[in-house]
Amino acid sequence: MDWSCAALLAQHAASAPGAAAVEQELTAVTRLAINLSYLLSAALFIFGLKMLAHPRTARIGNRLSAFGMLIAIVVTLGDRHIVSYWTIIAGIIAGGTIGAILAVRVKMTGMPQMVGLLNGFGGLASAVVAFGEFLWSAADPSKTPRIDTLVSIGLSVLIGTVTFTGSLTAFAKLEGLKFRGIVLSNPFVFPFQHWLNVGLLLLTVLMITFVTRNYEHALWAVILLYLIAAALGVLVVMPIGGADMPVVISLLNSYSGLAAMTTGFALDNYCLIITGSLVGASGIILTKIMCDAMNRSLLNVVAGGFGQEASGPGSTQAATGLTVRKMDAEEAAMVLEAAQSVVIVPGYGMAVAQAQHSVAEMAALLEKKGVNVRYGIHPVAGRMPGHMNVLLAEANVPYEQLYDLSINDEMPQIDVAIVIGANDVVNPAARDEPGNPIYGMPIFEVDKCKTVMVSKRSLNPGFAGIENPLFYKENTVMLFGDAKKMVTEISQQLKGH
Amino acid sequence: MLLAESVIELFTNNFVVFVLAMFIGFEIISKVPPILHTPLMSGSNAISGITIVGALVIAGLHHAWWSEFFGFLAVTFAMINVVGGYTVTDRMLAMFKRR
Repeated sequence: MDWSCAALLAQHAASAPGAAAVEQELTAVTRLAINLSYLLSAALFIFGLKMLAHPRTARIGNRLSAFGMLIAIVVTLGDRHIVSYWTIIAGIIAGGTIGAILAVRVKMTGMPQMVGLLNGFGGLASAVVAFGEFLWSAADPSKTPRIDTLVSIGLSVLIGTVTFTGSLTAFAKLEGLKFRGIVLSNPFVFPFQHWLNVGLLLLTVLMITFVTRNYEHALWAVILLYLIAAALGVLVVMPIGGADMPVVISLLNSYSGLAAMTTGFALDNYCLIITGSLVGASGIILTKIMCDAMNRSLLNVVAGGFGQEASGPGSTQAATGLTVRKMDAEEAAMVLEAAQSVVIVPGYGMAVAQAQHSVAEMAALLEKKGVNVRYGIHPVAGRMPGHMNVLLAEANVPYEQLYDLSINDEMPQIDVAIVIGANDVVNPAARDEPGNPIYGMPIFEVDKCKTVMVSKRSLNPGFAGIENPLFYKENTVMLFGDAKKMVTEISQQLKGH
Repeated sequence: MLLAESVIELFTNNFVVFVLAMFIGFEIISKVPPILHTPLMSGSNAISGITIVGALVIAGLHHAWWSEFFGFLAVTFAMINVVGGYTVTDRMLAMFKRR
Protein backbone atom coordinates (compact mmCIF):
# COMPACT_ATOMS: atom_id res chain seq x y z
CA MET A 1 0.00 0.00 0.00
CA ASP A 2 2.74 2.43 1.00
CA TRP A 3 4.75 1.84 -2.09
CA SER A 4 1.94 2.02 -4.58
CA CYS A 5 1.11 5.42 -3.08
CA ALA A 6 4.71 6.48 -3.28
CA ALA A 7 4.86 5.41 -6.90
CA LEU A 8 1.77 7.47 -7.63
CA LEU A 9 3.38 10.47 -6.00
CA ALA A 10 6.49 9.84 -8.02
CA GLN A 11 4.62 9.94 -11.31
CA HIS A 12 2.90 13.04 -10.13
CA ALA A 13 5.93 15.07 -9.20
CA ALA A 14 7.69 14.07 -12.38
CA SER A 15 4.87 14.95 -14.75
CA ALA A 16 3.03 17.90 -13.19
CA PRO A 17 4.33 21.32 -14.21
CA GLY A 18 4.23 23.13 -10.79
CA ALA A 19 3.60 26.86 -10.72
CA ALA A 20 7.06 27.87 -9.57
CA ALA A 21 8.40 26.10 -12.62
CA VAL A 22 6.11 28.04 -14.94
CA GLU A 23 7.88 31.30 -14.24
CA GLN A 24 11.30 29.80 -14.12
CA GLU A 25 13.54 30.17 -17.13
CA LEU A 26 15.52 27.11 -16.23
CA THR A 27 15.74 24.53 -18.89
CA ALA A 28 13.21 21.77 -18.60
CA VAL A 29 15.92 19.26 -17.81
CA THR A 30 17.28 21.20 -14.83
CA ARG A 31 13.76 21.73 -13.58
CA LEU A 32 13.10 18.04 -13.81
CA ALA A 33 16.32 17.27 -11.97
CA ILE A 34 15.41 19.61 -9.11
CA ASN A 35 11.88 18.20 -8.85
CA LEU A 36 13.18 14.65 -8.83
CA SER A 37 15.72 15.50 -6.15
CA TYR A 38 12.95 16.91 -3.98
CA LEU A 39 11.05 13.70 -4.58
CA LEU A 40 14.11 11.70 -3.53
CA SER A 41 14.25 13.74 -0.32
CA ALA A 42 10.59 13.07 0.39
CA ALA A 43 11.13 9.36 -0.31
CA LEU A 44 14.07 9.30 2.12
CA PHE A 45 11.91 10.95 4.79
CA ILE A 46 9.26 8.27 4.25
CA PHE A 47 11.89 5.50 4.39
CA GLY A 48 13.36 7.04 7.53
CA LEU A 49 10.01 7.10 9.29
CA LYS A 50 9.32 3.55 8.17
CA MET A 51 12.57 2.39 9.75
CA LEU A 52 11.47 3.88 13.06
CA ALA A 53 9.20 0.84 13.36
CA HIS A 54 12.01 -0.99 15.17
CA PRO A 55 14.75 0.18 17.58
CA ARG A 56 17.26 -1.87 15.56
CA THR A 57 16.78 0.10 12.34
CA ALA A 58 15.64 3.42 13.81
CA ARG A 59 19.02 5.10 14.02
CA ILE A 60 19.90 4.39 10.38
CA GLY A 61 16.42 5.61 9.44
CA ASN A 62 17.03 8.92 11.16
CA ARG A 63 20.32 9.32 9.34
CA LEU A 64 18.74 8.50 5.97
CA SER A 65 16.17 11.16 6.71
CA ALA A 66 18.93 13.67 7.56
CA PHE A 67 20.61 12.77 4.26
CA GLY A 68 17.33 13.53 2.50
CA MET A 69 17.32 16.95 4.13
CA LEU A 70 20.88 17.58 2.96
CA ILE A 71 19.88 16.75 -0.62
CA ALA A 72 16.91 19.14 -0.43
CA ILE A 73 19.11 21.96 0.89
CA VAL A 74 21.91 21.46 -1.66
CA VAL A 75 19.51 21.25 -4.60
CA THR A 76 17.69 24.40 -3.50
CA LEU A 77 20.97 26.33 -3.52
CA GLY A 78 20.93 25.84 -7.28
CA ASP A 79 17.63 27.73 -7.62
CA ARG A 80 18.02 30.48 -10.21
CA HIS A 81 16.34 33.07 -7.95
CA ILE A 82 19.24 32.83 -5.54
CA VAL A 83 21.83 35.45 -6.42
CA SER A 84 23.51 36.09 -3.08
CA TYR A 85 24.81 33.45 -0.71
CA TRP A 86 26.02 35.60 2.20
CA THR A 87 22.70 35.79 4.00
CA ILE A 88 22.22 32.08 3.49
CA ILE A 89 25.62 31.19 4.87
CA ALA A 90 25.07 33.46 7.89
CA GLY A 91 21.69 31.88 8.61
CA ILE A 92 22.96 28.34 8.21
CA ILE A 93 25.88 28.95 10.56
CA ALA A 94 23.76 30.79 13.15
CA GLY A 95 20.89 28.30 13.15
CA GLY A 96 23.12 25.25 12.87
CA THR A 97 25.23 26.33 15.83
CA ILE A 98 22.25 27.18 18.04
CA GLY A 99 20.51 23.92 17.10
CA ALA A 100 23.60 21.80 17.74
CA ILE A 101 24.29 23.42 21.11
CA LEU A 102 20.69 22.98 22.23
CA ALA A 103 20.63 19.35 21.10
CA VAL A 104 23.92 18.34 22.71
CA ARG A 105 23.27 20.08 26.00
CA VAL A 106 19.69 19.01 26.69
CA LYS A 107 19.11 16.39 29.39
CA MET A 108 16.79 13.51 28.65
CA THR A 109 14.37 14.70 31.35
CA GLY A 110 14.17 18.02 29.52
CA MET A 111 13.29 16.40 26.20
CA PRO A 112 9.61 17.54 26.15
CA GLN A 113 10.63 21.20 26.48
CA MET A 114 13.30 20.71 23.84
CA VAL A 115 10.97 19.12 21.32
CA GLY A 116 8.41 21.82 22.12
CA LEU A 117 10.96 24.56 21.47
CA LEU A 118 12.17 22.99 18.20
CA ASN A 119 8.55 22.63 17.05
CA GLY A 120 8.11 26.31 17.78
CA PHE A 121 11.10 27.31 15.66
CA GLY A 122 9.88 25.11 12.80
CA GLY A 123 6.47 26.75 12.92
CA LEU A 124 7.97 30.23 13.07
CA ALA A 125 10.26 29.48 10.11
CA SER A 126 7.23 28.44 8.04
CA ALA A 127 5.35 31.59 9.05
CA VAL A 128 8.32 33.80 8.11
CA VAL A 129 8.76 32.02 4.75
CA ALA A 130 5.08 32.63 4.02
CA PHE A 131 5.52 36.32 4.88
CA GLY A 132 8.53 36.56 2.58
CA GLU A 133 6.53 34.95 -0.21
CA PHE A 134 3.74 37.47 0.40
CA LEU A 135 6.11 40.46 0.26
CA TRP A 136 7.72 39.07 -2.85
CA SER A 137 4.35 38.69 -4.59
CA ALA A 138 3.19 42.15 -3.50
CA ALA A 139 6.47 43.77 -4.58
CA ASP A 140 6.34 42.38 -8.10
CA PRO A 141 3.63 44.08 -10.17
CA SER A 142 4.28 41.78 -13.11
CA LYS A 143 2.76 38.77 -11.41
CA THR A 144 -0.65 38.38 -9.83
CA PRO A 145 -0.67 35.80 -7.03
CA ARG A 146 -3.27 33.06 -7.24
CA ILE A 147 -6.07 33.04 -4.73
CA ASP A 148 -5.07 29.61 -3.35
CA THR A 149 -1.51 30.91 -2.87
CA LEU A 150 -2.79 33.85 -0.83
CA VAL A 151 -5.04 31.66 1.31
CA SER A 152 -2.12 29.29 1.90
CA ILE A 153 0.12 32.18 2.91
CA GLY A 154 -2.52 33.34 5.40
CA LEU A 155 -2.97 29.85 6.85
CA SER A 156 0.78 29.35 7.11
CA VAL A 157 1.19 32.63 9.01
CA LEU A 158 -1.70 31.65 11.28
CA ILE A 159 -0.67 28.04 12.01
CA GLY A 160 3.06 28.75 12.14
CA THR A 161 2.71 31.61 14.61
CA VAL A 162 0.24 29.72 16.81
CA THR A 163 2.77 26.87 16.86
CA PHE A 164 5.51 29.26 17.89
CA THR A 165 3.82 31.10 20.76
CA GLY A 166 1.97 27.94 21.81
CA SER A 167 5.28 26.08 22.01
CA LEU A 168 6.86 28.88 24.04
CA THR A 169 3.94 28.73 26.47
CA ALA A 170 4.26 24.95 26.71
CA PHE A 171 8.00 25.38 27.23
CA ALA A 172 7.38 27.78 30.15
CA LYS A 173 4.95 25.30 31.69
CA LEU A 174 7.26 22.31 31.27
CA GLU A 175 10.28 24.17 32.63
CA GLY A 176 8.20 25.00 35.70
CA LEU A 177 8.81 28.71 35.18
CA LYS A 178 7.10 31.25 37.40
CA PHE A 179 5.76 34.65 36.45
CA ARG A 180 5.29 37.07 39.37
CA GLY A 181 4.91 34.16 41.73
CA ILE A 182 2.38 32.34 39.55
CA VAL A 183 3.34 28.77 38.70
CA LEU A 184 2.81 28.70 34.94
CA SER A 185 2.31 24.92 34.79
CA ASN A 186 -1.02 25.32 36.57
CA PRO A 187 -4.02 25.72 34.29
CA PHE A 188 -4.90 29.37 33.84
CA VAL A 189 -8.60 29.85 33.26
CA PHE A 190 -10.69 33.01 33.10
CA PRO A 191 -14.32 33.73 32.16
CA PHE A 192 -15.29 33.74 28.47
CA GLN A 193 -11.82 32.46 27.60
CA HIS A 194 -13.09 30.10 24.92
CA TRP A 195 -15.38 32.73 23.40
CA LEU A 196 -12.42 35.05 23.18
CA ASN A 197 -10.49 32.36 21.31
CA VAL A 198 -13.40 31.73 18.94
CA GLY A 199 -13.68 35.49 18.35
CA LEU A 200 -9.97 35.78 17.54
CA LEU A 201 -10.18 32.81 15.21
CA LEU A 202 -13.06 34.43 13.31
CA LEU A 203 -10.97 37.61 13.09
CA THR A 204 -8.16 35.63 11.44
CA VAL A 205 -10.62 34.31 8.85
CA LEU A 206 -11.61 37.92 8.17
CA MET A 207 -7.96 38.95 7.75
CA ILE A 208 -7.21 36.10 5.35
CA THR A 209 -10.30 36.98 3.32
CA PHE A 210 -9.13 40.58 3.13
CA VAL A 211 -5.69 39.48 1.96
CA THR A 212 -7.19 37.47 -0.90
CA ARG A 213 -9.42 40.40 -1.96
CA ASN A 214 -6.87 43.15 -1.83
CA TYR A 215 -3.41 41.74 -1.55
CA GLU A 216 -1.62 44.89 -2.72
CA HIS A 217 -2.82 46.84 0.29
CA ALA A 218 -2.95 43.99 2.79
CA LEU A 219 0.38 44.35 4.58
CA TRP A 220 -1.36 45.64 7.73
CA ALA A 221 -3.78 42.70 7.59
CA VAL A 222 -0.91 40.20 7.45
CA ILE A 223 0.85 41.91 10.36
CA LEU A 224 -2.41 41.93 12.33
CA LEU A 225 -2.76 38.24 11.47
CA TYR A 226 0.64 37.61 13.06
CA LEU A 227 -0.36 39.44 16.23
CA ILE A 228 -3.71 37.68 16.57
CA ALA A 229 -2.09 34.29 15.92
CA ALA A 230 0.59 35.04 18.50
CA ALA A 231 -2.07 35.82 21.10
CA LEU A 232 -4.08 32.73 20.13
CA GLY A 233 -1.11 30.43 20.62
CA VAL A 234 -0.62 31.65 24.18
CA LEU A 235 -4.34 31.68 25.01
CA VAL A 236 -4.94 28.17 23.70
CA VAL A 237 -2.15 26.54 25.73
CA MET A 238 -2.57 28.61 28.92
CA PRO A 239 -5.59 26.77 30.36
CA ILE A 240 -4.00 23.35 29.93
CA GLY A 241 -2.42 21.80 33.03
CA GLY A 242 1.07 20.34 33.37
CA ALA A 243 -0.13 16.74 33.32
CA ASP A 244 -1.87 17.22 29.97
CA MET A 245 1.33 18.40 28.29
CA PRO A 246 1.81 15.15 26.29
CA VAL A 247 -1.33 16.06 24.35
CA VAL A 248 -0.23 19.66 23.84
CA ILE A 249 3.23 18.68 22.63
CA SER A 250 1.73 16.15 20.19
CA LEU A 251 -0.75 18.70 18.91
CA LEU A 252 1.95 21.35 18.40
CA ASN A 253 4.04 18.74 16.59
CA SER A 254 1.15 18.25 14.21
CA TYR A 255 0.76 22.04 13.77
CA SER A 256 4.42 22.50 12.86
CA GLY A 257 3.87 19.94 10.09
CA LEU A 258 0.68 21.58 8.91
CA ALA A 259 2.46 24.95 8.81
CA ALA A 260 5.14 23.46 6.54
CA MET A 261 2.39 21.85 4.45
CA THR A 262 0.51 25.14 3.91
CA THR A 263 3.81 26.84 3.05
CA GLY A 264 4.22 24.09 0.45
CA PHE A 265 0.82 25.04 -1.01
CA ALA A 266 1.94 28.67 -1.12
CA LEU A 267 5.20 27.84 -2.91
CA ASP A 268 3.75 24.99 -5.04
CA ASN A 269 6.47 22.79 -3.63
CA TYR A 270 5.58 19.09 -3.46
CA CYS A 271 8.43 18.28 -1.11
CA LEU A 272 7.06 20.67 1.51
CA ILE A 273 3.51 19.41 1.04
CA ILE A 274 4.48 15.74 1.38
CA THR A 275 6.78 16.28 4.34
CA GLY A 276 4.45 18.64 6.16
CA SER A 277 1.60 16.16 5.73
CA LEU A 278 3.70 13.30 7.15
CA VAL A 279 4.51 15.34 10.24
CA GLY A 280 0.92 16.52 10.52
CA ALA A 281 -0.30 12.91 10.38
CA SER A 282 2.28 11.85 12.97
CA GLY A 283 1.17 14.55 15.40
CA ILE A 284 -2.50 13.70 14.90
CA ILE A 285 -1.88 9.99 15.62
CA LEU A 286 0.14 10.74 18.76
CA THR A 287 -2.50 13.21 19.96
CA LYS A 288 -5.16 10.54 19.58
CA ILE A 289 -3.05 7.92 21.40
CA MET A 290 -2.50 10.34 24.29
CA CYS A 291 -6.18 11.24 24.54
CA ASP A 292 -7.22 7.57 24.42
CA ALA A 293 -4.69 6.75 27.13
CA MET A 294 -6.42 9.23 29.40
CA ASN A 295 -9.90 8.32 28.17
CA ARG A 296 -10.59 11.95 27.40
CA SER A 297 -11.63 13.75 24.27
CA LEU A 298 -9.33 16.25 22.61
CA LEU A 299 -11.95 18.93 23.25
CA ASN A 300 -11.93 18.10 26.96
CA VAL A 301 -8.14 18.41 27.10
CA VAL A 302 -8.04 21.64 25.12
CA ALA A 303 -10.83 23.14 27.26
CA GLY A 304 -8.29 22.93 30.07
CA GLY A 305 -8.57 23.48 33.80
CA PHE A 306 -7.39 19.92 34.40
CA GLY A 307 -4.24 18.81 36.12
CA GLN A 308 -3.63 21.16 39.04
CA GLU A 309 -0.41 20.04 40.72
CA ALA A 310 -0.96 18.54 44.16
CA SER A 311 0.54 20.75 46.84
CA GLY A 312 0.92 20.85 50.60
CA PRO A 313 3.01 18.68 52.87
CA GLY A 314 0.86 15.57 52.43
CA SER A 315 0.17 12.93 55.01
CA THR A 316 1.22 9.33 55.32
CA GLN A 317 -1.84 8.68 57.45
CA ALA A 318 -4.72 6.91 55.75
CA ALA A 319 -8.16 8.44 55.52
CA THR A 320 -10.52 7.44 58.28
CA GLY A 321 -11.35 3.78 58.61
CA LEU A 322 -8.75 2.64 56.10
CA THR A 323 -5.38 1.19 56.91
CA VAL A 324 -2.25 0.97 54.83
CA ARG A 325 0.62 -1.44 55.36
CA LYS A 326 4.10 0.01 55.37
CA MET A 327 7.28 -1.83 54.56
CA ASP A 328 10.94 -0.89 54.87
CA ALA A 329 13.74 -1.49 52.40
CA GLU A 330 15.04 -4.62 54.13
CA GLU A 331 11.70 -6.40 54.04
CA ALA A 332 11.06 -5.25 50.49
CA ALA A 333 14.41 -6.67 49.38
CA MET A 334 13.54 -10.06 50.91
CA VAL A 335 10.15 -10.18 49.20
CA LEU A 336 11.72 -9.21 45.87
CA GLU A 337 14.45 -11.85 46.15
CA ALA A 338 11.87 -14.54 46.68
CA ALA A 339 9.92 -13.47 43.59
CA GLN A 340 10.14 -15.12 40.19
CA SER A 341 8.79 -12.26 38.15
CA VAL A 342 8.58 -8.54 38.88
CA VAL A 343 6.99 -5.70 36.94
CA ILE A 344 8.08 -2.12 37.56
CA VAL A 345 5.55 0.61 36.76
CA PRO A 346 7.31 4.00 36.69
CA GLY A 347 5.53 7.34 36.55
CA TYR A 348 6.70 10.89 36.15
CA GLY A 349 7.49 10.94 39.88
CA MET A 350 10.39 8.61 39.16
CA ALA A 351 11.87 11.08 36.69
CA VAL A 352 11.33 13.99 39.10
CA ALA A 353 13.24 12.05 41.79
CA GLN A 354 15.95 11.25 39.17
CA ALA A 355 15.56 7.64 40.28
CA GLN A 356 15.75 5.89 36.89
CA HIS A 357 19.41 4.92 37.26
CA SER A 358 18.85 3.55 40.76
CA VAL A 359 15.81 1.63 39.51
CA ALA A 360 17.82 0.14 36.64
CA GLU A 361 20.56 -0.87 39.09
CA MET A 362 18.05 -2.60 41.36
CA ALA A 363 16.51 -4.38 38.37
CA ALA A 364 19.96 -5.59 37.25
CA LEU A 365 20.66 -6.99 40.74
CA LEU A 366 17.34 -8.82 40.73
CA GLU A 367 18.03 -10.24 37.28
CA LYS A 368 21.36 -11.59 38.53
CA LYS A 369 19.42 -13.44 41.20
CA GLY A 370 17.26 -15.03 38.52
CA VAL A 371 14.23 -12.76 38.84
CA ASN A 372 12.45 -11.92 35.58
CA VAL A 373 12.14 -8.11 35.53
CA ARG A 374 9.98 -6.14 33.12
CA TYR A 375 8.71 -2.56 32.95
CA GLY A 376 5.15 -1.44 32.33
CA ILE A 377 5.16 1.96 30.61
CA HIS A 378 1.83 3.76 30.33
CA PRO A 379 1.39 5.90 27.20
CA VAL A 380 1.02 9.05 29.31
CA ALA A 381 3.87 8.30 31.73
CA GLY A 382 6.17 11.29 31.45
CA ARG A 383 5.58 14.65 29.83
CA MET A 384 5.53 13.61 26.18
CA PRO A 385 4.69 10.43 24.24
CA GLY A 386 7.33 7.76 24.89
CA HIS A 387 9.28 9.96 27.32
CA MET A 388 9.61 7.27 30.02
CA ASN A 389 11.10 4.79 27.54
CA VAL A 390 13.84 7.26 26.66
CA LEU A 391 14.62 7.88 30.33
CA LEU A 392 14.91 4.13 30.97
CA ALA A 393 16.94 3.56 27.82
CA GLU A 394 19.34 6.23 29.09
CA ALA A 395 19.65 4.22 32.31
CA ASN A 396 20.74 1.22 30.18
CA VAL A 397 17.48 -0.70 30.46
CA PRO A 398 17.37 -3.01 27.43
CA TYR A 399 14.38 -2.23 25.24
CA GLU A 400 13.14 -5.83 25.30
CA GLN A 401 12.12 -5.22 28.91
CA LEU A 402 9.86 -2.27 28.08
CA TYR A 403 6.19 -3.23 27.78
CA ASP A 404 3.04 -1.26 27.18
CA LEU A 405 -0.44 -2.02 28.53
CA SER A 406 -0.36 -5.43 26.84
CA ILE A 407 1.45 -6.79 29.92
CA ASN A 408 -1.91 -6.63 31.76
CA ASP A 409 -2.76 -10.16 30.56
CA GLU A 410 0.10 -11.52 32.64
CA MET A 411 -0.51 -9.57 35.83
CA PRO A 412 -2.11 -12.49 37.78
CA GLN A 413 1.08 -14.55 37.25
CA ILE A 414 3.44 -11.77 38.36
CA ASP A 415 4.69 -11.98 41.94
CA VAL A 416 5.56 -8.37 42.68
CA ALA A 417 4.59 -5.11 41.05
CA ILE A 418 6.67 -2.07 42.05
CA VAL A 419 4.92 1.23 41.42
CA ILE A 420 7.38 4.14 41.46
CA GLY A 421 6.09 7.68 41.25
CA ALA A 422 2.98 6.62 39.36
CA ASN A 423 -0.54 6.99 40.68
CA ASP A 424 -3.50 7.48 38.35
CA VAL A 425 -2.21 4.93 35.82
CA VAL A 426 -2.49 2.14 38.44
CA ASN A 427 -5.69 3.37 40.09
CA PRO A 428 -8.23 0.51 40.06
CA ALA A 429 -11.02 3.10 40.42
CA ALA A 430 -10.57 3.75 36.70
CA ARG A 431 -11.76 0.18 36.14
CA ASP A 432 -14.17 -0.40 39.06
CA GLU A 433 -15.96 2.86 39.86
CA PRO A 434 -18.27 4.20 37.18
CA GLY A 435 -18.71 7.89 37.87
CA ASN A 436 -15.13 8.33 39.02
CA PRO A 437 -13.52 11.15 36.99
CA ILE A 438 -10.87 8.80 35.61
CA TYR A 439 -13.29 5.88 35.00
CA GLY A 440 -12.55 4.21 31.67
CA MET A 441 -8.93 5.30 31.51
CA PRO A 442 -6.75 2.28 30.67
CA ILE A 443 -4.60 1.29 33.67
CA PHE A 444 -1.99 -1.25 34.65
CA GLU A 445 -3.94 -3.77 36.73
CA VAL A 446 -1.14 -4.20 39.27
CA ASP A 447 -3.71 -5.03 41.96
CA LYS A 448 -3.96 -8.46 40.32
CA CYS A 449 -0.32 -9.20 41.13
CA LYS A 450 0.42 -11.20 44.26
CA THR A 451 2.12 -8.26 45.98
CA VAL A 452 2.09 -4.57 45.06
CA MET A 453 4.78 -2.23 46.38
CA VAL A 454 4.05 1.46 46.04
CA SER A 455 6.96 3.85 46.44
CA LYS A 456 5.54 7.25 47.25
CA ARG A 457 6.35 10.27 49.39
CA SER A 458 2.93 10.44 51.00
CA LEU A 459 -0.67 9.47 50.42
CA ASN A 460 -1.26 12.65 48.42
CA PRO A 461 -3.53 12.06 45.47
CA GLY A 462 -2.05 12.29 41.96
CA PHE A 463 -2.49 14.96 39.29
CA ALA A 464 -6.14 14.17 38.83
CA GLY A 465 -6.62 14.73 42.59
CA ILE A 466 -8.37 11.40 42.98
CA GLU A 467 -8.05 8.98 45.90
CA ASN A 468 -6.37 5.72 44.98
CA PRO A 469 -8.02 2.61 46.51
CA LEU A 470 -4.95 0.58 45.46
CA PHE A 471 -3.07 1.89 48.52
CA TYR A 472 -5.58 0.26 50.88
CA LYS A 473 -5.77 -3.17 49.23
CA GLU A 474 -4.72 -6.24 51.20
CA ASN A 475 -1.91 -7.15 48.82
CA THR A 476 -0.47 -3.60 48.75
CA VAL A 477 2.43 -2.37 50.83
CA MET A 478 3.62 1.25 50.90
CA LEU A 479 7.30 2.19 50.73
CA PHE A 480 7.10 5.76 52.01
CA GLY A 481 9.92 8.16 51.27
CA ASP A 482 12.00 9.53 48.43
CA ALA A 483 11.89 7.08 45.52
CA LYS A 484 15.61 7.27 44.75
CA LYS A 485 16.64 6.76 48.39
CA MET A 486 14.23 3.88 48.85
CA VAL A 487 15.33 2.06 45.71
CA THR A 488 19.02 2.58 46.54
CA GLU A 489 18.45 1.11 50.00
CA ILE A 490 16.73 -1.92 48.51
CA SER A 491 19.71 -2.39 46.16
CA GLN A 492 22.11 -2.26 49.10
CA GLN A 493 20.07 -4.91 50.89
CA LEU A 494 20.09 -7.06 47.75
CA LYS A 495 23.88 -6.75 47.47
CA GLY A 496 24.30 -7.72 51.14
CA HIS A 497 22.39 -11.00 50.83
CA MET B 1 -7.17 36.52 -9.19
CA LEU B 2 -10.07 34.79 -10.89
CA LEU B 3 -10.40 31.06 -10.60
CA ALA B 4 -8.78 30.43 -13.92
CA GLU B 5 -8.40 26.96 -15.36
CA SER B 6 -4.71 26.85 -14.44
CA VAL B 7 -5.43 27.84 -10.83
CA ILE B 8 -7.84 24.92 -10.43
CA GLU B 9 -5.32 22.63 -12.09
CA LEU B 10 -2.37 23.67 -9.89
CA PHE B 11 -4.37 23.68 -6.68
CA THR B 12 -5.79 20.24 -7.45
CA ASN B 13 -2.29 18.89 -8.05
CA ASN B 14 -1.15 20.20 -4.68
CA PHE B 15 -4.24 18.87 -2.98
CA VAL B 16 -3.87 15.38 -4.46
CA VAL B 17 -0.27 15.22 -3.23
CA PHE B 18 -1.42 16.37 0.21
CA VAL B 19 -4.15 13.74 0.53
CA LEU B 20 -1.93 10.88 -0.66
CA ALA B 21 0.89 11.98 1.66
CA MET B 22 -1.53 12.04 4.59
CA PHE B 23 -2.50 8.43 3.81
CA ILE B 24 1.15 7.37 3.69
CA GLY B 25 1.78 9.23 6.94
CA PHE B 26 -1.05 7.52 8.80
CA GLU B 27 -0.03 4.15 7.39
CA ILE B 28 3.65 4.33 8.36
CA ILE B 29 3.40 6.18 11.63
CA SER B 30 0.76 3.91 13.12
CA LYS B 31 3.41 1.15 12.87
CA VAL B 32 5.89 2.98 15.12
CA PRO B 33 5.87 1.25 18.56
CA PRO B 34 5.17 3.32 21.72
CA ILE B 35 8.75 2.91 22.99
CA LEU B 36 9.96 5.02 20.05
CA HIS B 37 7.31 7.73 20.22
CA THR B 38 9.68 10.40 21.58
CA PRO B 39 12.30 9.87 18.82
CA LEU B 40 9.40 9.78 16.35
CA MET B 41 8.33 13.21 17.53
CA SER B 42 11.78 14.76 17.49
CA GLY B 43 12.59 13.08 14.17
CA SER B 44 9.39 14.20 12.48
CA ASN B 45 10.02 17.59 14.03
CA ALA B 46 13.37 17.71 12.27
CA ILE B 47 11.85 16.93 8.89
CA SER B 48 9.25 19.66 9.33
CA GLY B 49 12.28 21.92 9.04
CA ILE B 50 12.00 21.19 5.28
CA THR B 51 10.50 24.65 5.20
CA ILE B 52 14.18 25.69 4.94
CA VAL B 53 13.78 25.09 1.20
CA GLY B 54 11.54 28.16 1.01
CA ALA B 55 13.71 30.07 3.46
CA LEU B 56 16.84 29.61 1.34
CA VAL B 57 15.22 31.08 -1.75
CA ILE B 58 14.01 34.17 0.09
CA ALA B 59 17.39 34.67 1.79
CA GLY B 60 19.17 34.45 -1.56
CA LEU B 61 16.90 36.80 -3.52
CA HIS B 62 19.06 39.86 -2.85
CA HIS B 63 15.95 41.79 -3.72
CA ALA B 64 15.52 44.29 -0.89
CA TRP B 65 16.40 44.75 2.76
CA TRP B 66 13.31 42.80 3.83
CA SER B 67 14.16 39.74 1.80
CA GLU B 68 17.64 39.64 3.35
CA PHE B 69 16.28 40.21 6.85
CA PHE B 70 13.36 37.79 6.81
CA GLY B 71 15.35 35.32 4.76
CA PHE B 72 18.08 35.31 7.39
CA LEU B 73 15.54 34.82 10.18
CA ALA B 74 13.75 32.02 8.33
CA VAL B 75 16.98 30.15 7.48
CA THR B 76 18.17 30.49 11.08
CA PHE B 77 14.92 29.23 12.62
CA ALA B 78 14.59 26.37 10.15
CA MET B 79 18.22 25.40 10.66
CA ILE B 80 17.77 25.28 14.47
CA ASN B 81 14.85 22.97 13.82
CA VAL B 82 16.74 20.73 11.39
CA VAL B 83 20.09 20.42 13.17
CA GLY B 84 18.58 20.33 16.67
CA GLY B 85 15.92 17.81 15.66
CA TYR B 86 18.21 15.31 13.93
CA THR B 87 20.96 15.56 16.55
CA VAL B 88 18.65 15.06 19.49
CA THR B 89 16.93 12.13 17.76
CA ASP B 90 20.26 10.49 17.05
CA ARG B 91 21.30 10.95 20.68
CA MET B 92 18.16 9.24 21.88
CA LEU B 93 18.23 6.38 19.39
CA ALA B 94 21.85 5.62 20.32
CA MET B 95 20.61 4.79 23.83
CA PHE B 96 18.15 2.09 22.81
CA LYS B 97 20.13 -1.11 23.27
CA ARG B 98 19.45 -4.80 23.41
CA ARG B 99 20.16 -6.89 26.45
